[in-house]
Amino acid sequence: MLNGLAVGCIYGLVALGFVLIYKATELVNFAQGDLMMLGAFTCYMLVVWYGIGYWVAFAGAVAVVGLFGAVLDAGVLRRVLGQPQFAVVMLTIGLAAVFRSFASIVWGTEIYTLPTPFSAHTTRIAGVSVSHEYVSIIVGTVILCAVLYAFFTYTKVGVAMQAVSQNQLAAYYMGIPVKLMCSLIWAISAGVAAIAGVLLAPVSLVDINLGFIGLKAFAAAVLGGFGSIPGALVGGLTIGLIELFSGAYLPAGFKDVAAYLVLLIVLAVRPQGIFGAVGRKKV
Amino acid sequence: MRFLFKTSYAQDLTLFTDGVQRNWYLALLVALVLLPWLVPAYLVDISLVLIYGLCGLSLMALAGYTGLVSLGHAAFLGIGAYAHVYFTQDLGLPWIVSVVLAVALTSATGVLVGLPALRMTGVYLTIATLAFALIIQEVFTRWDHVTHGLKGRPVDKPVIFGLSFASDTAFYFLCLAFLIAGLWVTRNLLRSPTGRAWIAIRDSEIAAQSMGVNLAAYKTMAFSYSAALMGLAGALFAHKIGFLAPDIFSVLLSIQFLLMVVVGGLGSLHGALFGAVFVAFLPVVISQARDSVPGWVGSGTALLGHDLSSAAFRAADRFVKQPGLEPGIFGLILVLFILFEPLGIYGRWVKLKVYFSTFPLYKQATFKRQRAYMRSERLR
Repeated sequence: MLNGLAVGCIYGLVALGFVLIYKATELVNFAQGDLMMLGAFTCYMLVVWYGIGYWVAFAGAVAVVGLFGAVLDAGVLRRVLGQPQFAVVMLTIGLAAVFRSFASIVWGTEIYTLPTPFSAHTTRIAGVSVSHEYVSIIVGTVILCAVLYAFFTYTKVGVAMQAVSQNQLAAYYMGIPVKLMCSLIWAISAGVAAIAGVLLAPVSLVDINLGFIGLKAFAAAVLGGFGSIPGALVGGLTIGLIELFSGAYLPAGFKDVAAYLVLLIVLAVRPQGIFGAVGRKKV
Repeated sequence: MRFLFKTSYAQDLTLFTDGVQRNWYLALLVALVLLPWLVPAYLVDISLVLIYGLCGLSLMALAGYTGLVSLGHAAFLGIGAYAHVYFTQDLGLPWIVSVVLAVALTSATGVLVGLPALRMTGVYLTIATLAFALIIQEVFTRWDHVTHGLKGRPVDKPVIFGLSFASDTAFYFLCLAFLIAGLWVTRNLLRSPTGRAWIAIRDSEIAAQSMGVNLAAYKTMAFSYSAALMGLAGALFAHKIGFLAPDIFSVLLSIQFLLMVVVGGLGSLHGALFGAVFVAFLPVVISQARDSVPGWVGSGTALLGHDLSSAAFRAADRFVKQPGLEPGIFGLILVLFILFEPLGIYGRWVKLKVYFSTFPLYKQATFKRQRAYMRSERLR
């Protein structure tokens, strides 16, 4: 149960990254999972190669990947704003392939384990032994959500970002530096992905295929309605639990595809997701 | 510059715009027929180009003309390939019947995927087809009875009406015949009301619907037609590679197909074929570069002294031998094309043609992209 929740939290965090970018710029970032992989690798490199403490490395990885996200937006993705969505989808798919290739060249194709302060500690709660790694994921997600919520509701920058995501043109008129805001949102989204990557690293090992989790996070994002931040988290948790139970009660093979089956069913039955709003363009 | 004087509406719908164009295509056909005797060594690769051409056509009809982006076309290819192999080798059906059945089956699957797709727009559809492809890949792995699972299954050479197509040349002509048939059917579809409806849907769904285009019917049609072409390509692909395993039909293959239509040029049949040539030959070029680039780097830096040059040689050698390099190069090319030449190779070709036909008067601004602002797609 706890495993399902923890994995669900990771899906939720990656989905959160999708949703943030989608809300702000209406781009769907197929490279989100690979940003997560970059985050995990950066943290691993800082801890194991350079011997930096876990917490500093954690912050460092998030900062590096966040900065990278901002640069990516300013340098590459801003050019395709307003182009058909097809172009954007292809662009991020291409970027994902480049990231994966970059990771395999820099860090190789071996599988690493990231040593953390939580490794190999368990606590017994109500007779069930609970691994600290899973607890760290859940606690981290909760803290991150609280911070993001406070940021978007109470700070001036956060409110400006909400304005940008609701109506770009109106935001321009109000004097909000829209381009800067978009870059910032990319930075936050990449940072969230990096946090997800670092949290996930001790549970699932670090290798270049970590990015494929991004595909399952799509299911989470769609389930929650693509434009909804609480929806992304609820969707992530749901997908995590569904995977856990389908692994336990259904024949082998269902565990891997359960997320995608749910995705297809949701898209066929209720495409706007649980929390999405239905709208139709007026001409 | 040549001007075309049109005297009737029928001229808008002709297969070739004028006699000159037709003659050029005839010349190309003659060249393709003579190709086996000109470059016998590359014939196997060229057959792959022809099969990829069919895949490109399939995706071009869907993505380039109807505006529905699919990330699941490798699954259709796989369904076509496995169905064909199952029908011919396990059920012992004749080749032609088996291909027809495989195409029909793939097309039906296309309708099945297309139906829920009618309720989604834009990127949701892409995600749904991606999910579909991943599920199908798992099915390929698990359904031992038909696919032989991860062990894979070997494929016999094609035998049609007792005629064996085992030799490279015969197989080349088989692929060529199917590609030309596919091109002809697609071109005819595109200049019929169906094709015009597809293009209308691509350009604006709302406008198309207002003009009386039945969105559901035409989108489903586009999906099933695209899947059918993919099934045909799958049957040929099975013979081409000679051994089927589930991991061939991965998401990476779907991405390669998309790369094909983007690099070739969206919205043109030429583009599908240019893209096919590109995608089929790029791995060949990369593997050739693997052998020669370290040598170039070594001799290029030879002036800097022996130690430095041999170090550069070793670094370059290690770099190009990285296994993960190839998808990265594919991705990089994709990114560069989308940023700098969104119309692909075909777009560049059109620009060149216009440049020479209007020679001293060519204006840079003719093909300049307009400044675009973000338009919300949230409300459709």
